[in-house]
This record gives sequence, structure tokens and C-alpha cells, in this order.
Amino acid sequence: MVPTFLYIGLSALLFTIGVLGVLLRRSALMVFMSIELMLNSANLALVTFANEWQSIDAQIMVFFVITIAAAEVAVGLALLVMIFRRRQSTNIDAMTTLKG
Amino acid sequence: MDLVIFSITAIIAIIGAVAMLVSRNAVHSALFLLLNLGAISVLFLLLQAPFLFAVQLIVYAGAIIVLFLFVVMLLGAERDEDGADPVRWQVPTAVVMAALLIGQVIYVFVTEPTATADSVNTNISEGFGSPTQIAQALFTTHLYHLKSPHSCCSLP
Repeated sequence: MVPTFLYIGLSALLFTIGVLGVLLRRSALMVFMSIELMLNSANLALVTFANEWQSIDAQIMVFFVITIAAAEVAVGLALLVMIFRRRQSTNIDAMTTLKG
Repeated sequence: MDLVIFSITAIIAIIGAVAMLVSRNAVHSALFLLLNLGAISVLFLLLQAPFLFAVQLIVYAGAIIVLFLFVVMLLGAERDEDGADPVRWQVPTAVVMAALLIGQVIYVFVTEPTATADSVNTNISEGFGSPTQIAQALFTTHLYHLKSPHSCCSLP
């Protein structure tokens, strides 16, 4: 069997890459993709601990996280399409309407 | 044997994530993200979660990535980041903060004895993570989350 900490390390690494994506990329699409990556690394950690403790509840939670990720992407991309039609750009640096 | 499969899959997952981060074209990024999600679904299979393996492939590969590709191609926003970055200190700050984050994780691993000591699961129970067991937990213990708010009051 593979030690649990290897899975958690991989999960942490993928989460960090996702954080870097959110911080570095300027296209809103790429930010969404990085958020998906972070959700997935959290899912990996949850499934790892479900296996570690032989408890099914974490897998149920992963199931709901996947569902909510799908809903979030649908709403987010719909918003993005509307913003693009208004501004002809998905650059998040250009979205400054709410700036005080 | 498990360790070999894990190593190969983990390397594929990391390569997919890094390539998603650095590729300039959003279509390529979405496809690399698909590679990463596929690798993670193989890890789910290694972790005795066959149901989540199937759900991950169906929902992520079949729905979310397709939606991403659809929107990217609909908008024609494959290359939306060309030109100079208006915020110059963004890259060094992001790298420093990511290094801090991964450093914290490594610190916890080094200092927390329960994180690394004897954390190898050797007992494999029959049928763990199977659709039957998931459904049983989902429709008994977690029934409340499945029901919509207006129908939850009529629970028996």
C-alpha cells in the first residue's frame, strides 16, 4: 500500500499549483480552471482520509463537492459569457466596475 | 506494485497541472486539466473509491471540461492575456506566497508525528466505496442533504 502522506503531499502540491494559477493568470477562464484544480486536490485529500479511516462519509462529501463544482462552473461560465459580450475581454484586470 | 502505479499517476497529475498553469492557449490548458483530472480519478481507484472514479470521469471529463472547451471556443478567448502585465509585482508576490503555502505543509509534515508515522492502511475491507455502500449512506444518513428545503419537512 502507498503511505497516506504521499497522497496528502500530492494533494498539497496540486493545491499550491491551483493557488499559483489563480494568482498568476489574468484570464477569468484560467482562474476558473485553477479553482477546479484546487477543488480536485481537496477531493483527493478527502478520499485519502476516507481510505485511511475506512469511513464512507468523506466519499459522500466528495460526491457533493463534485456536484457543486459542476453547478459552480455552469453559473460562472454563464456570467463570463455575459461579461465577455459586454467588454470583449475575459481579462480580470479589466473588471473594475465595483472598484470604489 | 501500488507504489509504482501511484508514482506514475502522480507524475502525470503534476505534469498536467503545471502544463495547465504555464500554457498560453486556453484550449491547451483545458486539455491539460483533463489529463490531471483523469490521473486523479485513477488515484481514486487506488484509494478504493470506484464509484467516485466513475463520477469524476463522467462529471469532470464529460461535463465540466466540455463546458470549458465550449465557452473558450464560443468566445474565441484562447489568447486573452497577451501584452504586458499591468501589475508588475504580481508574479514575485504569487511565487513567494505559494512557496510559503507549500512550506507550511512541509513544516506540518515534519513537526506533526501523526501525519507521517505508521499511516499505512493495510486492512482492505470488501466492498468499501462500492456504489451499494455509497447509496446506503447517501439515502439514510445523508438523506437531508439530498432533499430540497421545501420537501425536507415531510421527512418520516
